[in-house]
Amino acid sequence: MSVPVLSAQNIGKSYGSGTNRFNALKGVSLEIRAGESVAIVGKSGSGKSTLMHLLALLDDPDTGTLLVEGTDARTLKGTEVNRLRNQDFGFVFQQFFLTANATVLDNVVLPLKIAGVPPRERKARGMAALEQLELADKAKNKAITLSGGQKQRAVIARALVNNPKVIFADEPTGNLDTATGAVVEDILFALNKDKGITLIIVTHDIELAARCDRQIFIRDGREDTTESGAPRKRHAGAHAGAHA
Amino acid sequence: MKFIDIVKTAIANSFRSKLRTGLTVIAIFIGAFTLTITSGIGTGVTNYIDTQVTAIGAADVLTISKAADSTSSTTDGPAAYDPSKATTVSLGNGSRPGSTIQALTAKDITRIGKTPGILNIDPSVRVTPDYIEYDGTGKFEIIVNATATLTTADLAAGAQLDNASTTDEILLPTTYLKNLGFANAKAAIGQAVAIGITDYAGAQQEVRATVVGVQNETILGVGAGLNQTLTDTLHAIEVTGAPAGASDSYATATAHFDAESTPAEITAIKDDLATQGYASQTVADTIGSFQTVINVIIGVLNAFAVIALIAAGFGIINTLLMSVQERTREIGLMKAMGMNGGRVYTLFSTEAVFIGFLGSALGALAAVGVGSLVSNILADGVFSALPGLQVVQFAPTSIAIIIGVVMLIAFLAGTLPARAAARQNPIDALRYE
Ligand SMILES: Nc1ncnc2c1ncn2[C@@H]1O[C@H](COP(=O)(O)OP(=O)(O)OP(=O)(O)O)[C@@H](O)[C@H]1O
Ligand SMILES: [Mg+2]
Repeated sequence: MSVPVLSAQNIGKSYGSGTNRFNALKGVSLEIRAGESVAIVGKSGSGKSTLMHLLALLDDPDTGTLLVEGTDARTLKGTEVNRLRNQDFGFVFQQFFLTANATVLDNVVLPLKIAGVPPRERKARGMAALEQLELADKAKNKAITLSGGQKQRAVIARALVNNPKVIFADEPTGNLDTATGAVVEDILFALNKDKGITLIIVTHDIELAARCDRQIFIRDGREDTTESGAPRKRHAGAHAGAHA
Repeated sequence: MKFIDIVKTAIANSFRSKLRTGLTVIAIFIGAFTLTITSGIGTGVTNYIDTQVTAIGAADVLTISKAADSTSSTTDGPAAYDPSKATTVSLGNGSRPGSTIQALTAKDITRIGKTPGILNIDPSVRVTPDYIEYDGTGKFEIIVNATATLTTADLAAGAQLDNASTTDEILLPTTYLKNLGFANAKAAIGQAVAIGITDYAGAQQEVRATVVGVQNETILGVGAGLNQTLTDTLHAIEVTGAPAGASDSYATATAHFDAESTPAEITAIKDDLATQGYASQTVADTIGSFQTVINVIIGVLNAFAVIALIAAGFGIINTLLMSVQERTREIGLMKAMGMNGGRVYTLFSTEAVFIGFLGSALGALAAVGVGSLVSNILADGVFSALPGLQVVQFAPTSIAIIIGVVMLIAFLAGTLPARAAARQNPIDALRYE
């Protein structure tokens, strides 16, 4: 079996210090393989976003080890971490984080700009990503003028503009009505199916979670194996089926 | 992120909050404006003095007088009278009326002439003619420019005085032309003017001299220039009928040394003369003290401008800290997307440098505009008596230096906010509300 893209071994994270110290994540172990779609499910405040940030190398775990394609994340150099974040990962954050007064296109090509891609190619790839999300006609509009659903799609366009291996999506449908939410979900799963992009979706929406190959339930900073276990077994079957 | 993209982004960012950037730019503008104006005045005045010095053109001339008596110091009171020594100079030999100075006698002149390094020595003779007249159209007072024989005049027309010539030559200032009845500077060249002078006995005599040139007025001596021949002719008349011995003492003498002399050699000659009891000054010494005063004044003005710029620097710090605060999420996002801290730092310091550039370039531009305008108005007005004086002049290099220095100050001011931005943890930044 190939090396997992991400492998967390008993990772934990606490915030604050002294009496204010709060253990947001108390030791979670998981493995994510290339091409999977994984849902991280749990109640508000259970530590889902914290876990996702650790997996995405946006934050360092206090305890435990994180392996990125078999390499301990702690041994990675700053430039290597930046390269991973820039080229291999795509992010959809819980809030949109669009620059209000910049155009939609400028917002979408930000990862390319950071990567140092020349302007012409940047524009071509940005437009391609926007077309994929049916937003091409809004490319020149200011981000602030978009509707909520359009913003969410713009954010997804930004996440996939770099052709990442893994997309991390934190509540990608949380801000949307069910109809638009369904459209966004379809886009994400299409990317997973057609391009083989690994999806890590944080959600508290059970239906969205059910569409994923696998679910990881988080409760109070720990994995809730009583719930996580069952879908995992289902997943094994589904996986075998997919390959049949 | 490519550097060009960083610069473009930084410029775009600085225009995002136009009011705040605008106010900071105004603060820098004021400092840069002041600095450019003061440096412009410095350049203008220095240039003027430099042209005056080159006009003097006598780097190989020492003005020599007898050193003030060392025994008559302020603490000891006057020295005892010594009949063999003291010779006060009479009027007509170069002394200031009413002043008592130790005179140079013929013996001194020979002694100085023998000093190593001195090529030749001429006792300075000052003549005081009564009037000047052209073509019988009226007599006008004449002031003689004592330094005329030493200087290369800034000519409006004609030629320089020729001291070797046997004809009596005169160089008129432009201001004399109208009163004497010349239409313009050219018309005066080659004309003969009459100069009236009173001899020792009180009788007035007239000497005819040819106008060889017309000179723009300078700060280093106003009045008409006479060549050596004319000076000698007039001096001969002035001392006609004087008792023997009354005319062979002089207040000062001018000596020439080798024009190739190094400053060290010149100092050696001056030291040598000092030990013999003579005080000597080169033209550079005289001008130098004048220039020092001006440099001090300009230095003080520059100090004020720099203080203004330092204050503006704090404005930059404030502006950028606010924009770092405002853009916390954006910084977090960029870092989450793999932008390294160094680039974030560069992004913010470029913004600071750009604000500095904007303020200083606008300030310098405005200063050049206003300065040139004021300078032209002054040149035609208050300073019209000093042709060639442009009080404010701008050297491209000094403007470039000012803009460079302001950008450096801006960069330094930007380091604090830029560091704050570069150090932000992406997650803290993204969670920031
Ligand atoms: N910077 C921080 N300082 C202190 N506590 C924090 C910080 N970040 C997160 N927490 C706490 O850690 C816990 C987990 O937060 P996290 O954002 O991971 O929750 P979540 O599962 O994503 O919730 P939600 O579904 O509401 O987004 C919460 O109780 C939160 O208050
Ligand atoms: Mg969350």
